Amino acid sequence: MTKKLLLENVHIEGINSYDVYRKNGGYSAVEKALKKMSPDDIVEEVKKSGLRGRGGAGFPTGMKWSFLAKPEGVPRHLLCNADESEPGTFKDRYLMEKIPHLLIEGMILSSFALGANQSYIYIRGEYMFVLRILEKAIAEAYANGWLGKNILGSGFDLDLSVTPGAGAYICGEETALIESLEGNRGNPRMKPPFPAVQGLWQRPTVVNNVETIAAVVPIVNNGGDEYAKIGIGRSTGTKLISASGNINNPGVYEIELGLSVEEFIYSEEYCGGIKNGKKIKACVPGGSSVPILPHFLITKTAESNDRLMTYESLAEGGFATGSMLGSGGFIVYDEDQCIVRNTWNFSRFYHHESCGQCSPCREGTGWMEKVLHRLENGRGTMEDIDLLWDIQGNIEGNTICPLGDAAAWPVAAAIRHFREEFEWHVTNPNEATKRNYGLISEKVFEKVNA
Amino acid sequence: MTSTEKNIEFPQSILDECNRVIQLFPEGKQKSALLRILHIAQAHFGWLSVEVMDYIARMLHIQPIEVYEVATFYSMYDTKKTGKVKLEVCQTGPCMIEGAERIITHIEKRLGIKVGETTKDGIFTLKGVECLGACGYAPMLQAGENFHEHLTEEKVDALIDEYRANPTANYMGMIND
Ligand SMILES: Cc1cc2nc3c(=O)[nH]c(=O)nc-3n(C[C@H](O)[C@H](O)[C@H](O)COP(=O)(O)O)c2cc1C
Ligand code: SF4
Ligand code: FES
Repeated sequence: MTKKLLLENVHIEGINSYDVYRKNGGYSAVEKALKKMSPDDIVEEVKKSGLRGRGGAGFPTGMKWSFLAKPEGVPRHLLCNADESEPGTFKDRYLMEKIPHLLIEGMILSSFALGANQSYIYIRGEYMFVLRILEKAIAEAYANGWLGKNILGSGFDLDLSVTPGAGAYICGEETALIESLEGNRGNPRMKPPFPAVQGLWQRPTVVNNVETIAAVVPIVNNGGDEYAKIGIGRSTGTKLISASGNINNPGVYEIELGLSVEEFIYSEEYCGGIKNGKKIKACVPGGSSVPILPHFLITKTAESNDRLMTYESLAEGGFATGSMLGSGGFIVYDEDQCIVRNTWNFSRFYHHESCGQCSPCREGTGWMEKVLHRLENGRGTMEDIDLLWDIQGNIEGNTICPLGDAAAWPVAAAIRHFREEFEWHVTNPNEATKRNYGLISEKVFEKVNA
Repeated sequence: MTSTEKNIEFPQSILDECNRVIQLFPEGKQKSALLRILHIAQAHFGWLSVEVMDYIARMLHIQPIEVYEVATFYSMYDTKKTGKVKLEVCQTGPCMIEGAERIITHIEKRLGIKVGETTKDGIFTLKGVECLGACGYAPMLQAGENFHEHLTEEKVDALIDEYRANPTANYMGMIND
C-alpha cells in the first residue's frame, strides 16, 4: 500500500470542515512551526525534503524560496497557483474540493517561511464552486485564530484570500498570473526581472502550485528527511496524478514517486488497465504539453529499463524517446484513438489560449491547427507533414513564455513517433475519415532510429 | 464606445459583495478586484453591457477601457447578450475521446441550434470550451457555476428539462455529477 501524505484523510466524512480536519491532526504543523521553528528552519526542511514544484516544471521549491529578494520595508507575497488548466490535469481541484484546509495550512506555513503577510490563492474562474469551498474554509481558519493578526501569539500576521481568473490557460504561467491578479489582461511579462525580485505590484513574489504548498504540511510535521526517504533519487515524496482517457478507473491518485508506470496503468489500485479489454496505443504522462509516448515506450524506456513515475525516468531518452512528469495529467489512449485527431485537438487548444504577444506563437499555433485539420480530414499532403515539423521548430524557443514550447512539443512528438499514421492519412484519405489507423509498428520506429 | 448612461443600478446586496472583494486588496490596489467583480456582475445581469462595465470602472476608479480590455481577454466573460443558461461542453482531448462530440451533436439536435447559437426563447446558449479540469469524469459540461460530469444523452435531456423549468438554477453554486 502506498504511503499517502496529502490524501491520507481524504475519505474521512466531513474532512472538508474545520472541526473534522482539526480533530484529525490538522493545523498541528502550524502549531509546531510558529512555536518551535524560525522561518529559515522551514526553508531548511523544505530544502532537505527535495520537494520539487508540482505545477509542471519541477523546480526545487527550497531553492526557489531562497531566491526571494528581501529588501527592507518592502512587503513580499506568496501566490498559490490554482489555475489548473493544462488539459488532463484535475488534481488540484480534487485536493481543494476534498480537503481545503490542507492548502490553507500549507499557505500559512509557506507564508511564514517567506515572511509574507498577505497571500493570495489564484484559482481558475471555472472552479467558482471550489472558490466558495475555499472561502468557507478560510473564514473558519480566521474564526479559529489560524489567520489574521498575531497567530498563536507568535507575532506573525497573515491575511489570505482567493481570487478567480476568468478562462485563460495562459494565466497559469506565473507572470501572467501576476498580471491577472493585478486586474489586467493575462499577458506574460518579459523576464528578468523575475517575480522573486519584482512580482505582484512590483514586490518580491513567490508563485507555487497548490500541491507544492500542501506538501509543506507533511514536511513540517515529519521533517524534510522523512519526506526525502520516499521516492527515488531527485524525485522525492509523493505526487498527485490525475488519470484520464481509456482506462477502467479514471481519477486522482497519490503515488509514491518511483512507482512503475506498468503498475500505475494496470493495477486495480490505480488505473485498473485499459477499458473494454483494448490495447494501449499511446500515453501523455504529464499533461497535454508533454511529448506523447507510443505503446512500446510507455512501460519500458528505449534502453529496456522499467519506466518509473519519476521526473528522471519519464524523461529518459530525452525528447527522442522520453517525455516528462509535468503536471501529472496522465492521459491514456487505446488502439481506437486517432493520433492525428488528438494532435489537431491539442493544437486548437494552444491556438485558442495563445495570448498573442509573440508572432511565432500567435501565428504558428493557428497555422498548425489549420494544417492538422486538413490532414485529419483527408485533405493533407506529404509536404504538410514536413511543414508542421518546420512550424513547430520555429516556435520552440522563440517566444516570451513557455506556452510556445508547450504548443510545439506535442506536435513534434506526434510526428516523431506516429509519422506512419500521418502519412496513412495522406495516402488513404477516404479510409482515414472512416476508421482509425490502430497501433503503430515498432519496426518503423527502429528503422528511423537505427 | 464610452457611455455616460448612469441608469444602470447594482442592488445593495451586489454592491456589498463587490465592496467585500475590494477590501481583500491593499489600499490603492483595488483594480485587483476587477475579475471577481466582472463575475459578480455577469452572474447578476447575465452578460456585460457597456453600461455595466462603465459602472464598474467608476466603482474601481479606473478608465472604462481598462475594464473593456479585461472583459474581452478572458473567455468566461460575455460582452454580448447570451441565453440565460450557457451550456459549455468541454471539447478538449480527454473529453473528446470519451464522446464530447456526441454530446454536442445531441444538444444541437435537441435544442435546434448550433454551437455558438442561442435558442429562440432566449434560455440556452451552446458553447464548446476547453478543458475544465474534469477530464477523469468525461464527458462533461459546465452550466453557470455547475459542473455536470459523466454525461450521457439521457442525462443531458434531463438537464435541459431541469434548466428550462428553472433557468436560474445554474447560479446556485451547486454541483451534481
Ligand atoms: C502556459 C503555462 C501554463 C501553466 N499553468 C500552470 C497551472 O495551471 N498551475 C501551475 O501550478 N503551474 C502552471 N504553470 C507553471 C507556472 O508558471 C509556475 O512554474 C508554477 O506555478 C510554479 O509553481 P511550482 O514551482 O510549485 O510548480 C504554467 C506554465 C505555463 C508556461
Ligand atoms: S509564447 Fe504565446 S502565450 Fe506566451 S507570451 Fe508569447 S504569444 Fe503569449
Ligand atoms: S478535457 Fe474535458 S475536462 Fe479536461
